[in-house]
Amino acid sequence: MSVQSWTFLLVAASFTLYIGIAVWSRATSTKDFYVAGTGVSPLANGMATAADWMSAASFISMAGLISFMGYDGAVYLMGWTGGYVLLALLLAPYLRKFGAFTVPDFVGDRYYSQTARIVAVVCAIFVSFTYVSGQMRGVGVVFSRFLEVDVNVGVYIGMAIVFFYAVLGGMKGITYTQVAQYCVLIFAYLVPAIFLSLLITGNPVPQLGFGDVDQASGISLLERLNGLHQELGFSEYTSGTKSRLDVFFITAALMVGTAGLPHVIIRFYTVPRVRDARLSVGWALVFIALLYTTAPAVAVFARTNLINSVSEVPYAQVPEWFTTWEGTGLLSFEDLNGDGRIQFVGPDASTANELTVDNDIIVLANPEIAGLPNWVIGLVAAGGLAAALSTAAGLLLVVSSAVSHDLLKRSIMPEITERGELIAARISAGAAVLVAGYLGINPPGFVAQVVAFAFGLAAASFFPVIILGIFSKRTTREGAILGMVAGITLTAAYIAYFTLIHPELNNADNWWFGISPQGIGTVGMLLNFAITLTVSRFTPEPPPEVQQLVEMIRVPKGAGAAHEIST
Amino acid sequence: MLLVVWFVVSYGFGIIAVEPLDTVTVPGTGFPLGFWFAQQGAIYVFVALIFVYVFLMNRLDREFDLREEDDV
Repeated sequence: MSVQSWTFLLVAASFTLYIGIAVWSRATSTKDFYVAGTGVSPLANGMATAADWMSAASFISMAGLISFMGYDGAVYLMGWTGGYVLLALLLAPYLRKFGAFTVPDFVGDRYYSQTARIVAVVCAIFVSFTYVSGQMRGVGVVFSRFLEVDVNVGVYIGMAIVFFYAVLGGMKGITYTQVAQYCVLIFAYLVPAIFLSLLITGNPVPQLGFGDVDQASGISLLERLNGLHQELGFSEYTSGTKSRLDVFFITAALMVGTAGLPHVIIRFYTVPRVRDARLSVGWALVFIALLYTTAPAVAVFARTNLINSVSEVPYAQVPEWFTTWEGTGLLSFEDLNGDGRIQFVGPDASTANELTVDNDIIVLANPEIAGLPNWVIGLVAAGGLAAALSTAAGLLLVVSSAVSHDLLKRSIMPEITERGELIAARISAGAAVLVAGYLGINPPGFVAQVVAFAFGLAAASFFPVIILGIFSKRTTREGAILGMVAGITLTAAYIAYFTLIHPELNNADNWWFGISPQGIGTVGMLLNFAITLTVSRFTPEPPPEVQQLVEMIRVPKGAGAAHEIST
Repeated sequence: MLLVVWFVVSYGFGIIAVEPLDTVTVPGTGFPLGFWFAQQGAIYVFVALIFVYVFLMNRLDREFDLREEDDV
């Protein structure tokens, strides 16, 4: 069978599975819709969190980025996993104990203020849409290459599927669909990685394989890749080019952003007990780590294969995958010196680089470059879609619950019935799907780049107010509101300035202290902390019942103190 | 306490001290040590940290006899 028929078959089969699950587990109450009736086991919740979390950015874009960035790619690996430690130790159990449905719910109740709730709703929607637009570009890339339909048609198909199960199933439908999507995506990621590892090093474990001996040359694979890089004028693969400070800030922004992302936090409301909230963060990270430790290996294999298969090859003899990807516009070759061969070289080389490769195609093109069987290529397409759709659905749910629960039920029309609220939730999910579709057709940037901005925004807005809300009784509503507004404004302004208004100035010379727009979220977060703490000192103390509430959250149940062992 | 380990492994080994550690190679493989921490080791440590935390907290819950059967 051809690549295309395998892709059709596997994508159709996985979509049927998701819809089947959505129908079987559709939501019947608002509690089902928002938090899956709080009856999900920690293992299933961990798996769903992993799928929710690992988006098109992790699946499609990340290994490609690492493959181009070398050591610097570690910012994504550490940043997107390290946040779970913060989440497990500082946030998940306490928020579960608090028992709110959504993040704005927590902010509104803890800071005894409708204004705080609405500021949080706006931040949640803003962060979620930034993130969703990244996913939709991922869906578009997969569809345009593998199903050979127009990118826009691909986005419409994706939206229809998400609409169907998010609107019908709510959190309950999404959770069980995501369990299935996790299985699809991890299988699709590991199979080609194991194949490649066996082909290149003969070691079946990719995590060990990329540190092993390259069978073709007999020296260590990383050494060989460093050698190739030197020859072609790229900087050494295992050492970085970014400034240490920038690496530090980007990693911090991604970590803290993970812990502040509303669609991740909301997941820990779906388990029955506080103890389960802790355990499910652990399981989530195990499932995530499985992909994240494979990614750097895939990056090394892909980089080696890419260089070997295109460098100095006459353009007339390029392999088939080269031509098909050229058709999508994500790969381009310009014969600058007119010798008919592809010069794929770095900034330090004497000749000019003639090949432009979009980061987002590395994982998808990898099995073809290595000449793996057709079904593996189809499988990777299905996996990429699973990753993008599961995250998009989780985010759309945040948007819909922010509108129907926080805005309607808790602020504008508190007398709304349970039935009315459920209808409102479905309508807003539907509207959110349309906006996401628009963003998917007019995407603002690369998948992982856009997603990294969403993390910066989450880090700068939610993380400080949640942490201080739990651990500092003295934090007041005025502090929290000003902190959130200042944090998100600074971060959004810096990102917008360098990516939308003056993209030509976007380089290290113009950045503050050499901090890139991806790392600015950390600065926004520090500003948020500073403002929240200072303003809280000069405003009246929170009412006594709120202070009691904060005391209550910190104890797992009624009795016993000494909860602070690990902080 | 666990957060100190978290900080040292990721920011310490993975970012700040990456150059000195890179001069050492992980025995039996081709990994420079700092590179390995940044791209592999830190993630394994994160997973271990959370499970240590879960274990400690569960023990603490038992000590104080907090059994939440149908909490919230």
